[in-house]
Amino acid sequence: MKRMKLVMVGNGMAGVRTLEELLKIAPDLYEITVFGAEPYANYNRILLSPVLAGEQTIKDIMLNDVDWYEKNGITLHLNKKITRIDRKNRTVHAEDGTSAEYDRLILATGSNPFMLPVPGNDLQGVISFRDIHDVDVMVDAATNYKHAVIIGGGLLGLEAANGLKMRGMDVAVVHNSDNLMERQLDPVASKMLQKNLEDKGMNFLVGKQTEQLIGKDGRVKAVRFKDGQEVPADLVVMAVGIRPNTTLAESAGIHCNRGIVVNDTMQTYDPRIYAIGECVSHRGIAYGLVAPLFEMAKVCANHLAEYGIGRYTGSVTSTKLKVTGIELFSAGDYMGSEGTENLLLSDPKGGLYKKLVLKDNRLVGAVLYGESEDGNWYFKLMREGTDVSALRNRLLFGETHLGDAGHGGQSKAAAMKDCDQVCDCNGVSKGDIVKAIVTKGLFTLDDVKLHTKAAASCGSCTGLCEQILSHTLGGEYSAPEAKPMCKCTDATHDQVRAAIRDQKLTSIPDVMNTLGWKREDGCPSCRPALNYYLISTWPKEAKDDYQSRYINERAHANIQKDGSYSVVPRLWGGSVSVDQLRAIADVAEKFNVPEMKITGGQRIDLFGVKKEELPDVWGFLADRGLVSGHAYGKALRTVKTCVGSDWCRFGVQDSTQMGIDLEEMTWGSWTPHKYKMAVSGCPRNCAEATIKDFGVVGIDSGWELHVGGNGGVKVRATDLLCRVTTREEVLEYAGAFMQIYREEARYLERTAPWVERVGLPYIKTRVVDDAEGRAAAYQRFLESQEIYKFDPWAERAKGVDQHEFTPLKVVTG
Amino acid sequence: MNAVVKKVAMDQQWIEVGTVSDIPKDGARVVKTPLGDIAVFRNRQDEIFALRDKCPHKGGPLSQGIIYGKTVACPLHNWNIALDTGIAVAPDEGCAASYPIRMEGEKVFLLLTPNEGCPNSQ
Ligand code: SRM
Ligand SMILES: Cc1cc2nc3c(=O)[nH]c(=O)nc-3n(C[C@H](O)[C@H](O)[C@H](O)COP(=O)(O)OP(=O)(O)OC[C@H]3O[C@@H](n4cnc5c(N)ncnc54)[C@H](O)[C@@H]3O)c2cc1C
Ligand code: SF4
Ligand code: FES
Repeated sequence: MKRMKLVMVGNGMAGVRTLEELLKIAPDLYEITVFGAEPYANYNRILLSPVLAGEQTIKDIMLNDVDWYEKNGITLHLNKKITRIDRKNRTVHAEDGTSAEYDRLILATGSNPFMLPVPGNDLQGVISFRDIHDVDVMVDAATNYKHAVIIGGGLLGLEAANGLKMRGMDVAVVHNSDNLMERQLDPVASKMLQKNLEDKGMNFLVGKQTEQLIGKDGRVKAVRFKDGQEVPADLVVMAVGIRPNTTLAESAGIHCNRGIVVNDTMQTYDPRIYAIGECVSHRGIAYGLVAPLFEMAKVCANHLAEYGIGRYTGSVTSTKLKVTGIELFSAGDYMGSEGTENLLLSDPKGGLYKKLVLKDNRLVGAVLYGESEDGNWYFKLMREGTDVSALRNRLLFGETHLGDAGHGGQSKAAAMKDCDQVCDCNGVSKGDIVKAIVTKGLFTLDDVKLHTKAAASCGSCTGLCEQILSHTLGGEYSAPEAKPMCKCTDATHDQVRAAIRDQKLTSIPDVMNTLGWKREDGCPSCRPALNYYLISTWPKEAKDDYQSRYINERAHANIQKDGSYSVVPRLWGGSVSVDQLRAIADVAEKFNVPEMKITGGQRIDLFGVKKEELPDVWGFLADRGLVSGHAYGKALRTVKTCVGSDWCRFGVQDSTQMGIDLEEMTWGSWTPHKYKMAVSGCPRNCAEATIKDFGVVGIDSGWELHVGGNGGVKVRATDLLCRVTTREEVLEYAGAFMQIYREEARYLERTAPWVERVGLPYIKTRVVDDAEGRAAAYQRFLESQEIYKFDPWAERAKGVDQHEFTPLKVVTG
Repeated sequence: MNAVVKKVAMDQQWIEVGTVSDIPKDGARVVKTPLGDIAVFRNRQDEIFALRDKCPHKGGPLSQGIIYGKTVACPLHNWNIALDTGIAVAPDEGCAASYPIRMEGEKVFLLLTPNEGCPNSQ
C-alpha cells in the first residue's frame, strides 16, 4: 500500500509527542516529514530552567535525538522555517526553498514570547526565555556581565531570575502588579513566595511599569520606569507572556482567533490540516503547559491513525514552580468565586500555607505553599470530581493522613536520597526511577511502571512515583482526566460499561468491534475487565470467557510461585463441623498435601497441590459437602464472624448465623475486585467488620451496617451506612450495596476507593433513601445469583474443562 | 505455519502431540517430557506455537498465562513473552526456548530440540 504523506511544521514538544503516539498505533500508515526552525532535534523545553540554573545540561534534556527520526523513517529538516503553505497543491515551502507535499499536515508552531513594545527592546542583551539559543545568551551574559533585570514576575520570569541568580548575577524582577504569579497564586501565597525569593537574594520591583530600555553602544545598560526610577541592566529578559504563533496559518488563510482554531479532533478549518500545542485555540482556550498538549497529541494521533472515538474536550491545569527549595502548587479556581468556600491552613511564619477551594462538596481549586507533595492528590480529586464531604475534616492534612497505615506515599520524594527504596515489591530505588525518567525521557506514571516496574505490583508506591516524576520533570505531567482502559482503546472504563449496557453488547468481540479496539485480541489488562463487565451486566446473555480470565479464576485455585496451586474450601461464616475438619484432614493425607494453614480469612488453606490433581482433590471434598471458597477470585471471599450471642457473654446478636446467611446468599458472585464481609456480635467488633467491604455489627436494637472498609496495603475503616433491625433488612441492604458496586465500580476498584470516589452521600441515596431502588438492586443481585451460585469445583471434578487440568501429551524417555 | 521449521535437521523425530482442537483458542496445553514441560499455545488466529513452560523471569509456567495476539502474559509477574520467538517483550529482557512445530492438517507435531539461540533451554 502506498503510504500517505504526513508533514509536520514545528519540531517541539507537542508535535513530536503526536508523532510518537502515532507511531505506536499506526507505524506504517504515513511517510513522515518534519520541519523545525531550531537547529536542534526534539528537546524538553520545560527543563531549560534547570539548565539555566546549572542543574542539568542540554544533553540531559534531549527527548529524541536525530537517530530517533532516522530509526523511525522520518525525514527531518532542521533549521528550516516554513514560510508558505500552498493549500491548493498541498505543499509547504521553507525559507531556503525546500518544499514537501502533504496529504495531511500538522501545524505545531508553538508560541512566540511577547516583547514589550517599549523603545530599546531591540538592543543587544534584550531577550526572551524560550529556547536553547536564549539560554546560551543568558549563560554567556552571566559570565561577562553583572546586572540582570527580568521583566515579568510570572512562572517563567521567576525561573529565569532564579537561574541567573544561581549563575552569580545580581537579579531584579520587575512586575507590574503587586503580586508575583498572580495568575496562579492568591495574595497570601504570593507574598510568602516573594519573601522566600528575597531571602535567596533576589530584588523585586513590584507595581512598576517599564517605560524604556536605555542603551549604550547598541547594548542595553539600564531600565527606566514610568515613575522616573532607573536601574542598571546588562541583560534584560522579557517574560511577560506568550502569543500563539499563528503567522504561518494566517498567511495560508486558516481561521485563527488568538490561536489556530481547532475542533475536538484537533482539525483546523481545513480538515487535512491539524494543529496542536501552544499555537491552537480550542474552545476559546490556548494552553501554555504540556499536560494539555499531550492530551491533544493523543487525540490528534488517534484521528490521524483513523481510529474514531478520541475527542479532546479541554483540560484543567495545574502549576508548579521549578525553583529548587521552593514548594508551590496551584490548580483550578484558586481564588474562589461565588458559591465557593475555602479551607485554610495558614502558618506564614513557619512557611506553610494551604488553601483548598470547595464548591458543592467538590474540590475546585488549590494553592499550596511550603509543602506541595499532596498537589497531585488534590488535583486528582479535582479532576475526578470526587465528593469530599467525608474527608472534609482531614482534607487539609493531605492524603497521608487518611488513616494510611501502610507505606502509601508518606515519604517525601524531594527529601529522599537516591538509594532510598521506593517500590518494596520490586526493589526499585529513587535513583533508579530518576535515571529512567531522565535517560529514557519518560513522562507518565505508566511509562515509569513499564520501564522500572516501580508501582507495577501492589501499587502502594504509586503516589510516591508520581511525586518523583513531577519533581524530576518539574512540569505538571498529570494523567489525563479520563484515562483509557488500556492501550488497546481510547474508551474509559465507564464508557465501555455504558456501551455494554446501552447497546446490549454480550461478547468480547462485540465490544471490541463496536468500540473500535486497536488490537483485535485485546490484552491481559482489558480482556478480564471486559469479561467481568459482560457477565455482571448480562448474567443471563453473556457467556463467561474463561480464556480471558486470569489463571486463578480460570483454574479455580491460587497459583503459587512454584506453579502448584492452593485449595481453600469454604467454611460458611467461619463455623466448622467435625465432619468438615475430618474431610480436610483426609484429603490432605490422601493427596500428600505438603502444608496447611489457617488463613487470615478463617478458613483452611491446602498448599502445594499439583494442577493435574485439582479435580480429584475437589471431587473428594465435594463428596463430603465442601465447596469452593473462591479465595482466588475477584469474587465474594469470606464472611468472617465472631462467636456472638450464642456463647459470648457480651454478644447481643447471633453474628455467626448472620455470617452464614450472608455467605449463603452471596457466594459464587463475581465482583470488580475481591469482596469481603464480616459480622460481629457486638460493638467490641472481634470480627473486624469495620475494615471489610461490607461490615455488620450487632447492636442491642438490631444491626449497624458499614461499607467501604479495606485491610491490605492501605487500611481504610468503613463508613457507617445506617442501622437496621431485622435479618431480612441486613440481607436486602447487603445485596443491594453489593449489586450497585458490581454494576458501577471499575474493574479492579475495591469498595474503599469506589466509595471515596463516588462519595458516601451517593451510596446512601442509592441504598438507604431509595427503598424502591434498593429492592430492585437486591432483586437484580438475586437473579444473577440464580446463574452464578454453583460450585465450580464439583463441576470440574465431573469433567468440565478437562483440558485445563490434563497434559496434552506425556512423552516418556 | 512456522518459519523456524527450516532450520531443523532431517534426522530428528517429530512427535505427534494432538490436534488443534485439543487446545482451546487463546489457550495452551502442556506436553510433559523428561526434559521438562513444553507449553503448546493456540491463539485466536489458530496459529500454534511451542515454548519451554518456564518464564525467563522466575520460572513461571507460561502455559497458564493469558494469550493475546502472538504474546502470552506470564501468570506470576506479568512479563510478556512473544509466542513465535520466546523473547520477552521490551523493556523486559530474556527468552524462553521455542520449539519447532509442524502441522499436518489438524494434527500438531512437535520437535523436542529447541530452536537455537535461547539460553533457557535446559
Ligand atoms: C491465604 C491468605 C493468607 C493467609 O494465609 O491467611 C491470603 C493470601 C493471598 N492474598 Fe490476601 N490472603 C488472605 C487474607 C487477606 C486478608 C485478611 C482478610 O481477608 O480478612 C487481607 C486484608 C483484608 C482486605 O482484603 O481488605 C488480605 C489482603 C490482600 C491484598 C491487599 C488488598 C487490598 O485491597 O489492599 C492482596 C493483593 C491484591 O488483592 O491485589 C492480597 C493477595 C493475596 C494473594 C492472592 C496474593 C497472590 O496474588 O497470590 C495471596 C494468595 C495466596 C494463595 O495462593 O492462597 N491479599 N488478604 C488469606 C486468605 C483468606 C481466605 O480465607 O480467603
Ligand atoms: C523556560 C520554560 C519553562 C517551562 N516550564 C514549564 C513547566 O514547568 N510546565 C509546563 O507544563 N510547561 C512549561 N513550559 C511550557 C512548555 O514548554 C510549552 O507549553 C511546550 O513546549 C509547548 O509545546 P509546543 O510543541 O506547542 O511548542 P514548542 O515546544 O515551542 O515547539 C514549537 C516549535 O516549532 C518551531 N516553529 C515555529 N514556527 C515554525 C515554522 N514556521 N517552521 C518550522 N518550525 C517552526 C519552533 O522553533 C519550535 O521549535 C515552559 C516553557 C519554557 C520556555
Ligand atoms: S501478606 Fe498476603 S500476599 Fe503477602 S505474602 Fe502473605 S499471603 Fe502473600
Ligand atoms: S516468572 Fe514470569 S513474570 Fe515472573
